[in-house]
Formats: sequence, C-alpha cells, structure tokens
Amino acid sequence: MGRVVITGTGTVNALANDVAGTFAAFCAGTCGIGPLDIRDADRLSIQIGAQVRGWDCEARFDRAQLSLFDRVTQFAVVAAQQAMEQSGLDLTLPETARAGVILGNAGGGMTTTDDNFRTVYEEGKNRVHPFVVPRLMNSAAASHISMIHGLRGPTFTVSTACASANHAMGLAFQLVKSGAAPFVLTGGAEAMLTFGGIKAWEGLRVMARDACRPFSRDRSGMVQGEGAAVFVFEDRDHALARGGTILAEVTGFAMTADASDIVMPSIDGAVRAIRGALDDAGLAGPEVGYINAHGTGTAANDRTECAAIRQVFGAHSGKLLVSSTKSMHGHVIGGTGAIELLACLMALQDGVIAPTVGHQEDDPECDLDVVPNVARRAQVEVAVSNAFAFGGLNAVLVLRRAD
Amino acid sequence: MSSIADTIIAIIAENAMLDPAEVTADMTFQDLGIDSLGLVEAIFAIEEAFNISIPFNANEPGKSDFDLSSVGAVIAAVEGLIRQQAA
Repeated sequence: MGRVVITGTGTVNALANDVAGTFAAFCAGTCGIGPLDIRDADRLSIQIGAQVRGWDCEARFDRAQLSLFDRVTQFAVVAAQQAMEQSGLDLTLPETARAGVILGNAGGGMTTTDDNFRTVYEEGKNRVHPFVVPRLMNSAAASHISMIHGLRGPTFTVSTACASANHAMGLAFQLVKSGAAPFVLTGGAEAMLTFGGIKAWEGLRVMARDACRPFSRDRSGMVQGEGAAVFVFEDRDHALARGGTILAEVTGFAMTADASDIVMPSIDGAVRAIRGALDDAGLAGPEVGYINAHGTGTAANDRTECAAIRQVFGAHSGKLLVSSTKSMHGHVIGGTGAIELLACLMALQDGVIAPTVGHQEDDPECDLDVVPNVARRAQVEVAVSNAFAFGGLNAVLVLRRAD
Repeated sequence: MSSIADTIIAIIAENAMLDPAEVTADMTFQDLGIDSLGLVEAIFAIEEAFNISIPFNANEPGKSDFDLSSVGAVIAAVEGLIRQQAA
C-alpha cells in the first residue's frame, strides 16, 4: 500500500475565492454570513447565508462554458484549476489515463433546476434550454474537470448529503493508496443558495435566523453556505519523484452508518467513524491535536458530536482543539467537508487553528475547547475532519503534518 | 369541542397513528410517541389547515412563544394565532 499526500489546493467560498484568502479569513475569524442576495428572497423566512459575492462568471468563462456550467460547476472548476496549478503536475504524462476526479455534491445544479422549474411551472412555458440536463446532473462538475485537465481514470460524484465531500475524499484516498490511481482531484462543491434550496431547508425548522453559533449555548441552528474546495491527492512516491511540494499527508479514513434515524444523529455511529479513521491511520487518540468538527450549530448535532469526541478520546478530550468553521463559511452541504479540510491543512502547515466564531456562551453539553472567536497558535501533528450527514452517514478523515 | 380542536386532534392523531378518539387534551407529544420530526410535520399540517404561521425552531423548542406542552395547549395557541393573524 502506498502513502497519500496532498499536493494542490483550491477553493471558492464566502470567505474568499482562493486558499490564501480563506486562510487569512480563518486567521482573522471573519464571518462570511450576511443578508441573502437572491431572487424572491422576500418570500423566505430565512434571510441569511454565506454567499459567494461578486462572482464574476462572465470574466471567468466563455459563452460556451457559461451555457453548460451551473453555478456549482463554476465553483468546482475554478477550485480544481487552482489545485492543479499549485500541484505543478504535468498533464501530458501517460498516467493521466489512470488519474481521475471524485467530488462530493448533494443538490446538483440547483440554480438550473430552480430557474427551469420557474420557466415551466410559474411562467407556463413549454420549452426549456437544451442543456438543462447536462447542467443540473450531480456529476457535471466532475465531468467538466476531467475534460479540462484530460484526466481519464476513475471519475464520479458521491452524494451523501452533508458528508458527500468527506466520502468523496475518502474514496480518492483509498484509490490512490491502493495504487489504482497516481493522483485524484477530489473535494466537493455545492450551490444551494437558491429560492427552492433555502425554502426546502426552512421547512425542516433547523435554520438560524441571525448567526451560526456552533457549540454556543444560545445556538439556534445552521446557516447555509455555498462554494467548493478541490485537492490533489497524490501517491507520495509519485509526488517525490517529480519534485512536487507535499502540503500534508492523508493517513486515515473511515465511514459508518448510524442505521437509526433519517435526521437525528447517533453517538455510536460518530464514535465508530472517528475510531475507525484513527485505526486506519494506525494512531492513538493522544496524537490528535485538532478536530474540525461537523459542528452545524443545531442542538442535536453539537451535543451528539461532543459526546462522541469525549467517548473516543477520553481524558485527552480536554487537550483537543475542536472548532467548527461553518460559523464562518456556512454549511456548504455536499461540499462542506472539502472547505473544512482547508482548516485542517492550515493547522498542520501554519500551526494556526481556525476559530469557532459567533460564540457567546459556553454550553455544558459541549464541554470541549471549541477555540471560541479567536484563532489560536498551536503545533499540530495530526488533524481529524468529521462529517455526519442526515440519514446517519458518517465519514471521517485523518491528516498528518508533512514530514 | 370546536371544529378547530377537532381538526388539530385529527392531524395529531394521524401523525401518532392513533384513532382521534384516543387523543385527549391533556396528552403530551411524548405521551403520543411523536418525536421531533413528527412534531415538525404536525406543525406544518396545522399551519396548512388554518393558513397560519407557527413560530417554531426545532433547535430551541423551549424558546418558542407557541405552547407545545400538551394537545390542549396547542389547540389554545392555534386559536390565539388564528385570532391574531386574522386581525
């Protein structure tokens, strides 16, 4: 079995349209959540979101691309481009035949769906644009990235609600580790800040109206975000042989199902996923310094996640730094784990822990060091990223500092 | 009993998979075996039935001004909302 390293990163999210800007926002504790600027927002009871603002799609893409790229594909394509550039990979190499793209996404091209449902239902038109299907399919972004970079191996999209990106990156890790692919572009993307996308979440009554305050006693729910993050997961020997820069190593992954409830999380499923990922990495709990929590800011998730962390790490729990960056970039649903992996990378590379902003009051049911409001310096050797999706689908990744 | 109460009891009974005759005003949602998801569903059905908006966030049920402590409390609260939101 090989070793898997990260050699490229890219992102578009509410905090910044690149990794350097996102790291700077993490360090500053910037909150990207604000008033929603979308069509028909006046008919929504939820008025806030972590929106990518000032998105200059006309400057970034030509007419042919714009007619085929939903907003979610645009985010993913830009993030993938940044990751490829940073990696310095030579795309003329014959092994691009075995290299692929594995992305997480939950909603597909929701702007396309929303706009065209309006066309046929609201406006009563009987004709839609010919590219509605290739724009809205969940796998469109993965396909476009494979075409742009000529990656001809395993390419697909994973859809497991809020754990999609972690499942995608976990599968990419396993493929590269097994030797089936020399490198994979992996991560996730979501653009669900549409009228229909937000209206659907409103129905569940788990959304906050003012701010996302994970682990804070006065938390009142989640806030949706949008964006993408894409990484190059590469075989370590392959990276070393070509002189690539190793940003961090991916050392463990595990996935479990609660098999209990379609929305309520279970402690057991989370515990088995975290423990499984540590076992896969061959690690003992005390080696972990930072956990990027799923931390949605709902009553149910935060309480369950903290209990699971306590159960896995026991006495070491008190020494862990645990933060939820959803407080800054919002819950990016199927892409969220990818954006959150950036916080793990920042911890390992720069020794800075992204904070949980919006924290107002400690909650005895979330009795961990949640790095409230202000980023913190800490030497971290191992970071863990949690994702616990609706439907009880859990996926946890373990990263180690590059040696 | 008012027709408002009958409608609400019918909605709650359907959610709890009980006969409406088995649902009484003093029962709590817990007594009826309705979990948090069932509660959100019942609230939606009541909103639709009376065309009202019920203030409720599943993350902070205690903070809601809407009294959910029993079936009778819900009936009284809905009657209040209908008066208020019609005004």
